[in-house]
Amino acid sequence: MLTIKNLHAGVEDKEILKGIDLEVKPGEVHAIMGPNGSGKSTLSSVIAGKEEYEVSEGEIYLEGEDIGELAAEERAHKGLFLSFQYPVEIPGVSVTNFIKTAINESRKAKGMEDMPANEMLKKIREKAELLDIDRKFLSRSLNEGFSGGEKKRNEIFQLAMLEPKLAILDETDSGLDIDALRIVANGVNKLRSKDNAVVVITHYQRLLEYIVPDFVHVLHDGKIVKSGTKELALELEAKGYDWVKQEVTA
Amino acid sequence: MELKDKLVSSFMAFENQIDVDTSVHDIRSEAIKIFEEKGFPTKKEEAWKYTSLNTLLKNDFSVFPKEEVALDFKDIKKYFIHDIDSYKIVFIDGVYSSHLSETTHEGMDICLMSAALHKPKYRPVIDNYFNKVAKTDDSLTSLNTAFSKEGAYIHIPKNKAVDKPVQIIHFATGNEAAIMLQPRNLIIVDENSHIQIIERHQSLTENPVLTNSVTEIFADKRAVVDYYKIQNDVQSASLIDNTYISQQRDSNASVHTFSFGGNITRNNLNFYHKGEHIDSTLKGVTIVGDKQHVDHYSLVHHAQPNCESHQDYKGIYADRSTGVFNGKIVVDKIAQKTNAFQQNNNILINDKATINTKPQLEIFADDVKCSHGCTIGQLDEEALFYLRTRGIPEKEGRALLMYAFANNVLESVKIPEVKRRINKLIATKLGVNLGFDL
Ligand SMILES: Nc1ncnc2c1ncn2[C@@H]1O[C@H](COP(=O)(O)OP(=O)(O)OP(=O)(O)O)[C@@H](O)[C@H]1O
Ligand SMILES: [Mg+2]
Repeated sequence: MLTIKNLHAGVEDKEILKGIDLEVKPGEVHAIMGPNGSGKSTLSSVIAGKEEYEVSEGEIYLEGEDIGELAAEERAHKGLFLSFQYPVEIPGVSVTNFIKTAINESRKAKGMEDMPANEMLKKIREKAELLDIDRKFLSRSLNEGFSGGEKKRNEIFQLAMLEPKLAILDETDSGLDIDALRIVANGVNKLRSKDNAVVVITHYQRLLEYIVPDFVHVLHDGKIVKSGTKELALELEAKGYDWVKQEVTA
Repeated sequence: MELKDKLVSSFMAFENQIDVDTSVHDIRSEAIKIFEEKGFPTKKEEAWKYTSLNTLLKNDFSVFPKEEVALDFKDIKKYFIHDIDSYKIVFIDGVYSSHLSETTHEGMDICLMSAALHKPKYRPVIDNYFNKVAKTDDSLTSLNTAFSKEGAYIHIPKNKAVDKPVQIIHFATGNEAAIMLQPRNLIIVDENSHIQIIERHQSLTENPVLTNSVTEIFADKRAVVDYYKIQNDVQSASLIDNTYISQQRDSNASVHTFSFGGNITRNNLNFYHKGEHIDSTLKGVTIVGDKQHVDHYSLVHHAQPNCESHQDYKGIYADRSTGVFNGKIVVDKIAQKTNAFQQNNNILINDKATINTKPQLEIFADDVKCSHGCTIGQLDEEALFYLRTRGIPEKEGRALLMYAFANNVLESVKIPEVKRRINKLIATKLGVNLGFDL
């Protein structure tokens, strides 16, 4: 599904990602953990196609296709989705209009007609229900004045609407209360299948109790320094990152 | 001959060709004197620092239309908001076109300035209102006053909600190599009456047009006046719009200005408060490119306590276009409990585009709430990336962001068809189909 080979990326003279290798297969859940500033969000932005970062070395493949040269929107059309750590506020565009535009632009890119209005409405209603989102919420301006948790829930609503092949969830759990976390995780799990995959970036074991990872990776200073199964997350929770760092420097 | 001399010397001939009411004659004679003294404004004047009329005035404008031209409705239909029933006052090269118009005298007057200026029955109204709120020491307003002859005359008696909007449309046909038009509108809305007006100036060829328009609006007690200016003219047409609004207590007046086209567009918009509990709204969306120039010069004069004004202008400037926003708010000493808001936000699409924005607050009362803010920025690249990760291509994403940026100004547009039309114009202007119903 997603293959990353020796990825180096950064800004101007600063290298942030220093050689990342990652292989995510269909149906899998991977968790990426790691201290603040280790490069988790940078990695997700680079995968999503943010032009601000320069890729100096390495490749990114989605379903076998090198997507390194593709624009962000083209990557989205190929089934990539990034749930932002800090979703952007866009006053003046309602959640509904935004999602309609997003869906129809993706369809257009695939040579499909716009989604019929009633089908769209039905889908919106269904997914809003799945994530326990109030209808009134959907007519509000995108993320404007949303609470931290509402923003995250709205990200997962978009995920549910767009049904990507590969979803990267960048700290979707931060800002969510316990109930919301359960609802959101539940939503993500409902969308999982043997044909898609999820990469969750998180600082906490809690989310991983709901979205159970097949693999856990530790990112430190732009490199994956340790990979393991879900037990690794528990170990990190108990011991912190220092022991991993020490292992690396040792 | 310079345009100024041409105008001054043709004044006598102009006065002779119309039968003159003495009081109006005096006003005109006084006005031409002011214009002769002051001439066209230059960049030396503070109020015209960023807008130069020099190049424009080099055109050899003819100042009177020579012959009438007829237009077919089907050819110009698109310039009307045609999906609503409306009164229409239409002019072609400054001359009233009866076959394109739909006026009325039933229970109210929605008709012509020429009639109001000449028929004795309108004399008392003209004596009371004509040139009474327009700034008499302003050179361009005076020039218009001197040559005032035709335009819209609207008088709504008290307690009447006008059943449908009024469209005032001026066409220039290019019948003359270059033409100067000076429409003069007088709009009087009596106590507790409501009216909605849509105004548009449209040139149909590439021949230069200069319109120097003056509109006087009187909103009596509890009157509600909503005015929409659609400025989407061709590149060779310039507009100087001078609008003066006098509001009595509890009245509500709004002017929305949509500037999407034209060569030089200057909006002089003035609100004067004559009573308490007045509400004034000034909103604008400007989206221009090429070498277009749009200058919003506004004044809200709070002269009475407990009044509000809401001003919100958004500008998007591309290519080498230039913009000016100069919003003056004066709050007199007695105007306590004034709420005055002003906002001007701009996006420059290109580093060759420029905007000069200057709020001017002169506040002499101490118990007031005044806020103003202006921003000049580029599109939010972070937001654009967000949209693109959702599959919205860059071009559409930019358009969506610009649309969103301008959008909240449309919220206060009360005529749905106008809102829809403006939305469409914005989308066209931004060159995209936004993928949802506008
Ligand atoms: N555009 C940028 N310009 C300069 N430095 C950047 C830029 N983006 C990221 N960085 C730096 O790269 C490093 C990695 O940042 P990143 O946001 O990827 O960390 P993170 O692992 O997501 O951290 P957190 O857990 O706090 O979210 C940080 O030191 C950050 O300051
Ligand atoms: Mg991060």
